[in-house]
Amino acid sequence: MTLYAAIFYLLAIVILTATGLAITRRQPVHAVLYLIVAFLGTAALFFLLGAPLLAAFVVIVYAGAIMVLVLFAIMLFHRSPRELGLLSEWGPATLLGILFLAVAAAMVFKDPGSGIVLQGAIAQPKDFGLFLFDRYWLAVEIVSILLLVALVAIIQLGKGRGADDDDPGVGEGHR
Amino acid sequence: MIVPLGHVFLLAGIIFAMGLVCLVAHRNLIMTLVGVEVMMNAAAIAFVGASLRWQLMEGQAFMLFILAVAAAEVSVGLALVVSVYRRTGSIDPDRYDILKW
Repeated sequence: MTLYAAIFYLLAIVILTATGLAITRRQPVHAVLYLIVAFLGTAALFFLLGAPLLAAFVVIVYAGAIMVLVLFAIMLFHRSPRELGLLSEWGPATLLGILFLAVAAAMVFKDPGSGIVLQGAIAQPKDFGLFLFDRYWLAVEIVSILLLVALVAIIQLGKGRGADDDDPGVGEGHR
Repeated sequence: MIVPLGHVFLLAGIIFAMGLVCLVAHRNLIMTLVGVEVMMNAAAIAFVGASLRWQLMEGQAFMLFILAVAAAEVSVGLALVVSVYRRTGSIDPDRYDILKW
């Protein structure tokens, strides 16, 4: 086992443990904090798999922006709803997950290409950026439009219905 | 020489199954969104592993789009949860019964 393989399995253990702890927490705050650990492990895994720019993006966007957004949203709620007992919903869900995992593992390891050992390579950030804007510039623009649409939707949803009911005379002219 | 490709896919599959369990088992809309995030993270790991296997940068480019879609999804999802919490006073989907009479 090479050093890279040891790092991979160590990171896999970290990610799996943090994700497993995250999905079993009752309190969403604890779940999000464990998920940040899982995302930092994912960033290190991306660095190992030769994507340093994506590793930086995962730290900035996933672990930074999205998780902080979820944390702030949790603070808007009074308390979490009560959870069901362990066996009423966890049993079927876990069974479903194990079944899915068994089928997926059988499919992966039936393919003879799954035994090919990965060769280390690094996509330099400059090369990756040039590749992205050379070949996939249209997709980048579409993604930016998607983010703009999401922003408009959030503003419209976040306004709430109370704002319109308070002054019915003003709202008519603007729509 | 890192690891066989199947191990990367197996890791992604285990994380995806964990996200699926989280999505199905919890009755808290925040935890449901967390489950979707975990599943997207698994898909991203699979894409980056495949990108390294075939030495092509398309997988990494696609992971960037997954990142943007995840950001849009979780922000719109949280806005919806906050909106529905204002209407019903709960984030438990079993309590949403205002269509009943």
